[in-house]
Amino acid sequence: MPTRNDRSSGMSVVEALRVVADLCCGQQIVVTNQGSARIWPKLRRRPLDVHYNPSTMSGAIPLALGLALAQRHREVLAISGDGSLLMSLGSLVTVVGSGATNLTIVLLDNGLYEVTGGQETPAARMAIDYAGIARAAGFPTSLEFRDLSDWRARAADVLTLPGPRFIRLVVSAAPAEYLISSTPPLPEQLAGLKTSLEIA
Amino acid sequence: MFTGPEIEAVFAELGITHVVWIPDTAIGPWEASLAGSSRLRLIRVCREGEAWPLAAGLHLGGQIPLVVMQTTGLFESGDALRNVLFDMKLPIYSLIGVRNWLAPQSRDSAKTFAEPILNAWGLDRQWIVEPADKPKLAEHFCRCRLAGVPGITLLAEGAP
Repeated sequence: MPTRNDRSSGMSVVEALRVVADLCCGQQIVVTNQGSARIWPKLRRRPLDVHYNPSTMSGAIPLALGLALAQRHREVLAISGDGSLLMSLGSLVTVVGSGATNLTIVLLDNGLYEVTGGQETPAARMAIDYAGIARAAGFPTSLEFRDLSDWRARAADVLTLPGPRFIRLVVSAAPAEYLISSTPPLPEQLAGLKTSLEIA
Repeated sequence: MFTGPEIEAVFAELGITHVVWIPDTAIGPWEASLAGSSRLRLIRVCREGEAWPLAAGLHLGGQIPLVVMQTTGLFESGDALRNVLFDMKLPIYSLIGVRNWLAPQSRDSAKTFAEPILNAWGLDRQWIVEPADKPKLAEHFCRCRLAGVPGITLLAEGAP
């Protein structure tokens, strides 16, 4: 068992997310939360982005799953931190059990509760095989990337593999300037989302 | 109190598209009717805290979800409920089974804390205590939907 958090050598979380942002098409719904909700709006702003803050930790994946089940013709992408996923690992089973195939979970794994100041999760000093857990839960596509150039080279193809998809990105902590929240109020965002989805 | 076919018919006539649930012993017998329904989908979650944001996503995507769980799950999922109903301000409706409500001698804390917790949330609610109350579920659901507010039907249950 490792005795230190080995994610410090992971890829830049900002650059890792930039790869996803650059690949997002017009019809895709993206749900961010916690740290990613603070970084993503600095990379890209789209009407179908849901920056789920204030959130319930572990709520982003179920929220994205609900959107995926409601909007079967759209791809939905949930960006979750490892701390949030650990609060509800069962949500991976819920995703597969629901039958949704139009959902991708991107796990940003830095072993930290980042928005509270970078405290370690219980898994920080352990080699948790999140992709293996997702595979065991029944995800037909479950991959992990530690190297940015590898992620950049394969991301477009990975996002077209059979869903639901689970992608673990081993990332380093976000630069402090990216953790300053600039997301609009949630009710305002949700009203915009419903308008974009043409829901009365 | 409700049979499976009865409750499936009530939910379908209300236009409910998805039932997001973790059952208890009183609600569990509805499973075959809900799972076999051609008019709505049964979504099984692993933990009650998943049910509220999942229902939120369904609602935002244009569907009409219903959350179904026991009071124990209501307590467990309090933060998710708070976030969806109060931060996100979404009018999600739920049906909560109140364990042991019909057992007068019961000291089950799942019964004791049901009303105080709901009083704290300040949520609009409707009790179904006896068969004659059954129509109140649809009436209350429609009132809440028309007003665009969340609501809860509390289903009085006997001992598990």
